[in-house]
Amino acid sequence: MADHISSSGEGHGSVGSYVTGFVLAVILTVAAFGLVMSHAMSPSATGGAIALLAVVQIVVHLIYFLHMNGSSEQRWNVMAFTFTVLSVLVLVAGTMFIMHDTSINMMSR
Amino acid sequence: MFGKLTLSAIPYDVPILVGTFIGAAIAGLAVVGLITYYGKWGYLWREWLTSVDHKRIGVMYIVVALVALFRGFADAIMMRSQLALAYAGNPGYLPPHHYDQIFSAHGTIMIFFMAMAFMQGLMNIVVPLQIGARDVAFPFVNTLSFWMTTISFLLVNVSLFIGEFSQCGWLAYPPLSEQQFSPGVGVDYYIWAVQLSGVGTLLTGVNFFATIVKMRAPGMTYMRMPVFTWTIFCTTVLIMVAFPILTVAMGLLGLDRYLGMHFFTNDGGGNQMLYLSVIWGWGHPEVYILVLPAFGAFSEITQTFSRKPLFGYKTMVYATASIMVLSLVVWVHHFFTMGAGPNVNAFFGIMTMIIAVPTGVKIFNWLFTMYKGRIEFHATMYWVIGFMITFSIGGMTGVMLAIPASDFVLHNSLFVIAHFHNVIIGGVYFGYVAAMNFWFPKSFGFKLNEAWGKRAFWCWFIGFYVAFMPLYVVGFEGMTRRMNHYDNPEWHPWLLIAEVGAVLIACGIVCQLTQLYVSIRDRNLAENRDLTGDPWNARTLEWSTSSPPPFYNFAILPEVHELDAFAHDKEAGIDTRRAGGDYQPIHMPKNTACGFLIGAFSFVLGFGAVWYIWWLAAVGLIGVIATVIARSADNDVDYYVPVSEVARIEQEHTHNLMAAQAAE
Repeated sequence: MADHISSSGEGHGSVGSYVTGFVLAVILTVAAFGLVMSHAMSPSATGGAIALLAVVQIVVHLIYFLHMNGSSEQRWNVMAFTFTVLSVLVLVAGTMFIMHDTSINMMSR
Repeated sequence: MFGKLTLSAIPYDVPILVGTFIGAAIAGLAVVGLITYYGKWGYLWREWLTSVDHKRIGVMYIVVALVALFRGFADAIMMRSQLALAYAGNPGYLPPHHYDQIFSAHGTIMIFFMAMAFMQGLMNIVVPLQIGARDVAFPFVNTLSFWMTTISFLLVNVSLFIGEFSQCGWLAYPPLSEQQFSPGVGVDYYIWAVQLSGVGTLLTGVNFFATIVKMRAPGMTYMRMPVFTWTIFCTTVLIMVAFPILTVAMGLLGLDRYLGMHFFTNDGGGNQMLYLSVIWGWGHPEVYILVLPAFGAFSEITQTFSRKPLFGYKTMVYATASIMVLSLVVWVHHFFTMGAGPNVNAFFGIMTMIIAVPTGVKIFNWLFTMYKGRIEFHATMYWVIGFMITFSIGGMTGVMLAIPASDFVLHNSLFVIAHFHNVIIGGVYFGYVAAMNFWFPKSFGFKLNEAWGKRAFWCWFIGFYVAFMPLYVVGFEGMTRRMNHYDNPEWHPWLLIAEVGAVLIACGIVCQLTQLYVSIRDRNLAENRDLTGDPWNARTLEWSTSSPPPFYNFAILPEVHELDAFAHDKEAGIDTRRAGGDYQPIHMPKNTACGFLIGAFSFVLGFGAVWYIWWLAAVGLIGVIATVIARSADNDVDYYVPVSEVARIEQEHTHNLMAAQAAE
C-alpha cells in the first residue's frame, strides 16, 4: 500500500531540538539526584529544590518533546494545558490544605 | 522459580470456591466447545478479537461488563445471605477471611469492570456515529484499551482460584493494605488489576476526547453536538484529569509493598491519611465519570420517547460542564471524619451541596421535556422514570451526608452503602440498561423484547427498594459496613428484608438474560427487525445509518445544519445519507492483533509481579515493549474501501429502506 495518509499536524521537531531537550532533561535529573545524594542542603531545602527541578523538567518535556508553543494553531493545546495546570493546582493546593489542617488537629506534627 | 506460588495457594479446601471453579470450568468448556463445534474460531479472531471497529469493540466491552455484573452480583448476594444468617452466635457460612475478599471484590469489580466497561462500551458504540465520524481518532489504541480492561478483569478472576483477593475494601486503605498487615498476594492482585485497567481507561479518555474535538461532521459546532456526546466529552476530560491520580496512588502503594518504601506506612515518616486524599482525588471524579454518560443517555431517550426536542439543551450542556469542574473540588466528603478541621470540612461540604444544583437542573430539564410531550411508554422509558425517582432520593441522602456534622454520625455505616447504591444503581445502572435497550437495534439490527425488558425493570426497581431502604434504617441504628456477623436483634429483620430484595434483583438479572435470549430467538420476526435504521423515530445522526451500520459508518459524511441533525433532515425532507451520491474511496484502519498481544503480555506481567515470579514478569514486560515497537514500525495499517464496494453496500440499504416503506 503506497497511499498512506501521513500523520500530519503540528511540527514534529528536529533532531537538534530533541537532543537539546534530552540533554536538558538529563542535566535536570542528575541535578536532582546529586542534590539528594550529596546532602548539600537541609532536608526541607532539598525537598523544595527537587520540586522546583521537577517543574522545570515538565516545562522542558512540554516544549521539546510535546512541541507546545503559543502559536494560534495550538489554541486547543494551550486551553487543555491551562485546564491541566488548574486541576493540578486544585488538587495539590487542596491536598496541602487538607493535610495541613489534619496535622494541626491530629497533632501529628 | 515460581516466586511465592506454591500448590497451597490453590484453595481446594474451600468448598464454595471449588464449586465456583467447577461451574466456571464447565461454562468455559461449553463456550469453547460450541465455538469449536461451529468452527467459529477464525471468525471470532478475525472479525471480533482483532477488530479495530469501534462498534464491535463497544459490543465486546458490554459483554465483559455483563460478565462482570454476573460476578459482582454473585458476590453481592453472598454478602446479603451471610448477613441474613450470621446473627446471634451463628457465624454464617462465610468466614471473615473469605467475606472480606468478597466485599472487596464486589466493589472493585462493579466499579472498574462492570460500570467502567459498560460506559466505555456505550461510548464506543454511540459517539463516532453520533458525531458523523467513520471511526475513532486512534482505532488501534481503542482495541488496546479494550484488552487492558479485559485482562485486568481476568486477573481479578484468576485470584479466585490461585491465591486470594484483597481483603481491604474496594479502595485498599493503608495501613491495612500495607505488607505488614496484608502479607498475602490479595492486595497485589488488586493493585495490578486496577493499574492495568487504568491504562486502558486513560487511553480511552484520550482517544474519545481527540475524536470529539477533531472528527465531528462538517457543520457540527460544539453547540450542535448531541447531549450524549457532550456528556462523554466531559467524561473524557475527567478521565484524563483523574486517572493519572489513581495511577500515582496505586504506584506509591505498590512501592511501599514491593520496595519497602514508606509513603503510607505508620513508621518511616509515612502518612496513611495522605492516601485517602489522593485516592479520593480520583474517586470522586470517578463517580461523575460513571454517571455523566448515564445522564446523556437519559437525555437522548427522554427526548426521543417524548417526541419533543430536549427541554433546555444549553442548560443541560452548562450543567454537565459545571458538574465536570465541581466534581474536582468535593473529594473530602468521603473522609470528613479523618480529622481535618471545620475549615476544610465546611468548604468541601458546601461544594458538595452546590454540585447537587446542576444535577437538579438536569432532573427538571427531563421533567419539562416530558411535560406536554407525547410520551411513549417504551421499556427504556420505564428505566428513565425509575431513575428520576430513585436518583432524586439518592441525591437527597447525598446532601444529608454532605453536612459534615451529620456525616460524623453516619460515616462508615450502612447508611452510606444505601446512599451510594441508591445513586449508582438508580443512576448509573438504570442509565446503562436504558441505553443498552435504546441502542441495541443500532448494533444488531433487531430490537430487544419489550415485555421482558419491563419485567426486568420492575424486578430491579422494586428489588432495589426492598434491598436498600432497610440499609438506611440499620445505618441509622448504627450498623457499620463490612461487618461479618452481629448480635443486635433490631437489625436482623431489616437484613432479612434486604436479602429478599437481593433475590428480587436476581430475578431482574434473570429477566434481562431471558430478554436477550428471547430477542435473539425472535430476531427474524418482522416486528423485531430494524430495516430502516431508525426504529424509534429518533433525532441524532447515528439513526441515519443502517442497523447495523456499515463498517465505515457513513459513505458520505453528513452535513449538520442544526442541533439534532437527523430530526432536522427528516423534517426538511433531506436524505442525510445522500444515497447514490458521489462516493469516494474510504480510508479505513486494518485489523490488528497487537492490542490483544499487548493485553496478553500485560496479563503475564501482572501475574508474574503478583507472585514475585520475576522472570515471568520480565517476559511480560519485554513482550509488551516488543509488540509496541513492532506495531510502531508497521506501515501496513490502513487501506481504502473501493467505490464499487461502498456503492454495493449503500444500495443494499436503500433497497431495504424501500422495502420497509412499502411494507408500511
